[in-house]
Amino acid sequence: MPKYAMVIDQRRCVACMACVVACKKENDVPLGDFRTRVVEKTEGTFPQLRMELRSELCNHCDNPPCVYNCPTGASYKNKDNGMVLLKKYRCVGCKSCVAACPYDARYINEEKGFADKCTFCEHRVKEGKEPACVATCIGKSRIFGDLEDPKSAVSIALRENHSEVLLASAGTKPRVFYIKKYGKPE
Amino acid sequence: MTKTISRRSFLKITGGTTAGLSLAATLPDRFLLWAEEQGMLKATYTPTFCEICFWKCGVMAKTINGRVVKLEGNLAHAGSRGKLCGRGNGGAGLLYDPNRLKTPLINVGARGEGKYRKASWDEALNVVAEKMTKIKEKYGPESMALFTHGTPTDHFLPLIQAYGSQNVGMPSFAQCRGPRDVGLELTFGEGIGSPERVDLANSKVVVLLGSHLGENMHNSQVQDFCDGIARGAKLVVVDPRFSVAAGKAHTWLPIRPATDLALILAWINVIVSEGLYDKAYIDSYAVGFNELAAAVKEYTPDWAAVETDIPAGKIIETARLMAKNAPAVCVHPGRHATWHGDDVQRSRAIGILAALLGSWGREGGLYLATTASFPKGESKPFPTPARDALNLGPYPFAGGEGVTQVIRSATITGNPYPIKGWMVTGTNLMKAVPNQKETIEAIKKLDLLVVVDVMPFDTAMMADVILPECSYLERHDALAVGKGKSLTVSLRQPVVEPRFESKPGWWIAKELGKRLGLAEYFPWNTLEDKIKSQCAAWGVNYNELKQKGSLTVPNTSNPYITPLNQPTFKTKSGKIELASSELKEKGFDAVPRYTKHPQPPAGEFRLIYGRSAVHTFSRTTNNPELNELYSENEVWLNAKKAAELGISNGAKVRLENQDGAVSNAVRAKVTERIREDCVYLVHGFGTNSKELSRAFARGADDQGLITRFAVDPICGSTGMRVNFVRIKKEGLDA
Repeated sequence: MPKYAMVIDQRRCVACMACVVACKKENDVPLGDFRTRVVEKTEGTFPQLRMELRSELCNHCDNPPCVYNCPTGASYKNKDNGMVLLKKYRCVGCKSCVAACPYDARYINEEKGFADKCTFCEHRVKEGKEPACVATCIGKSRIFGDLEDPKSAVSIALRENHSEVLLASAGTKPRVFYIKKYGKPE
Repeated sequence: MTKTISRRSFLKITGGTTAGLSLAATLPDRFLLWAEEQGMLKATYTPTFCEICFWKCGVMAKTINGRVVKLEGNLAHAGSRGKLCGRGNGGAGLLYDPNRLKTPLINVGARGEGKYRKASWDEALNVVAEKMTKIKEKYGPESMALFTHGTPTDHFLPLIQAYGSQNVGMPSFAQCRGPRDVGLELTFGEGIGSPERVDLANSKVVVLLGSHLGENMHNSQVQDFCDGIARGAKLVVVDPRFSVAAGKAHTWLPIRPATDLALILAWINVIVSEGLYDKAYIDSYAVGFNELAAAVKEYTPDWAAVETDIPAGKIIETARLMAKNAPAVCVHPGRHATWHGDDVQRSRAIGILAALLGSWGREGGLYLATTASFPKGESKPFPTPARDALNLGPYPFAGGEGVTQVIRSATITGNPYPIKGWMVTGTNLMKAVPNQKETIEAIKKLDLLVVVDVMPFDTAMMADVILPECSYLERHDALAVGKGKSLTVSLRQPVVEPRFESKPGWWIAKELGKRLGLAEYFPWNTLEDKIKSQCAAWGVNYNELKQKGSLTVPNTSNPYITPLNQPTFKTKSGKIELASSELKEKGFDAVPRYTKHPQPPAGEFRLIYGRSAVHTFSRTTNNPELNELYSENEVWLNAKKAAELGISNGAKVRLENQDGAVSNAVRAKVTERIREDCVYLVHGFGTNSKELSRAFARGADDQGLITRFAVDPICGSTGMRVNFVRIKKEGLDA
């Protein structure tokens, strides 16, 4: 049974926004809403500066607060692939999940009245394709694959590099991992 | 709308009738995507190539029921390798932009007033042809000029040449990469090409001078850049602004603007004086070393430190880093090189540095172009103009793309002879060429201004006749031949039928040709027919090309120097010219000499400008899919300076330049990411065209503040980073 995850190699990201536009087109995300974004954060004072470029999206947590806080059972953790998904027909747009998510990964589709978010492009993955953001990532910063497969690109990347998750202290057990600057010492 | 159509009724209306199909084509994307997921509709993929910028990336356009729902990269294409940048991903935003030019338009008000009436194609084309014929009769055909950019050039340049004029001006030369190409041609006998032949993926050291790769989104080049960084390349970024690339750099050198040449000459000084250059390479391939060594003696790191505001130790350290890793060092020659008016010499200095490192023709440096080519076809020769073209001005090394502002001056003065008609295709001159007042003055003197474009940009809205071209997703264009590592050929073909009454550029040129009595220059029915016969002559399988979008000719790659693959240099000496005999002959410095440029007085800032990753020039600001991500530019202002001026982040300000030109109100981005002596704008914003509903008056127009420009006497290019601005606070923001 696959255990899908994403690794974001921040060393390779140049904030070109290809992922953001591709995601919007692939999933027809409404104007003004986003399922993924790239955050730029610069620290220090001129000229001693350090910049971080960080792609953010749903973390497909193994301990997902959005699922626990959903009163209708619309949000669920897919048992087959570990993706956090949404049964739209069960969603009443109550925003519990939006409030519960510590990663600000969800939005309400105002036109249709349900919550929505990144699905790891499950429909593409089913066809053997990578998620749209990964497929178009210019810097090959986004890596997608199966954690259960030791030969997958994600497994290799996580083995060879130090990685972190966002807000580890929230206890959400995210499935999106970040490689910041340094690889494992040789 | 989606709510009211049940699955069953949807299936009924898409039941193969024309009415059903045309309705389906108006359904929203999310409905089509849903229907596809349910297996009700089949997606088709059509290969073509992108025109959102000039990189011309291979695209696979996904359509469902006649609507383009997504654009993806074409794996078979060398420029995209299966990936598209944000702009390319958003290309359908142009196709479906409701503000598009829909029908031919004829001006009914004063010129520039923007009052138009709809016209039929026949009427509009007849008006243009009549006026062009009158200009030819009264003033001679040379009095008609063409300004052009991108693929429309392939259709309209032959038209204007057949008509009898060689007066063409492409902003891509005098407002962009002209001086770079000329500088490298004078050094190596050829330019670096487009896409640039920079071997970034294999570099051990990458040096960027002002190039902000990442924000400057050149697809395959940025892919290589990221690969290079991931493989451990050391990155040196020279930029007054802490760009995205600077954020990745091992060494960021926040240089004082306008002093780059001092830094490069000091690097050369260190490499020569410490004997770190590639002696065998220089002995075999270069001439003029002694002259160079003598000329750069004065440019010591200590001297350069004062000029550039970069410590001498850093200059020495980075020079040694390059030398240590040579030849796998890529000193990027940049692209937009029109900065301060001595830009050919700066590009020469970059070339000389590359030569000393032995990196031309070496892995990780600047690789050699394929020597393969397709056979040249025969076409009817163009008439020889009675008068010499004036588009090169007095500049001995101006390139064949012409010098735009020289044509503009001739239009104003009538010297050496009058220019009475402008045809403008695929370029927005108001935003591309500095000193807008002069452009407007020249336009007032014209008998005819005809603009061919997809969108009602500023320049289009000044035209007597506007001819609406369809977008790149709706047309054929000339085959794109790529000469990077290998010889490649790519096809632009329509993904969907032209919307509204827009027409492909080739059709417009051919129809105008017909009306001008030049039909014999267009001896084919459709451009596809011409492409097919070209493919046959080139030995390219058209059907395969149509299916794959891009083909690479096998065994045409030989990028690096080996004993059997020796480079040829098409300079006068047949060698790399460290001292240029051609420049000396024309009275210029054979070895680049540093010129000190004025710095802004107290209270003023040098205006510098660049790119956003999601926009190209001024042409994407209205694209709904890209506008959403970056809808207006901000003026970057150093945090310390902002505090002094009492300007907070996000406050609205106006910029006023030394000549009194004032910008639109624009938000201040108060940041540590820029020096204190300059401010930065993303280029292309602040459009005046009210027809662009999303972009109109949003942000500040950098070109409106570039009233002064420094002309490079060698090639006529316009240095545009020579304007100083004051910052004026706006009242409280509503």
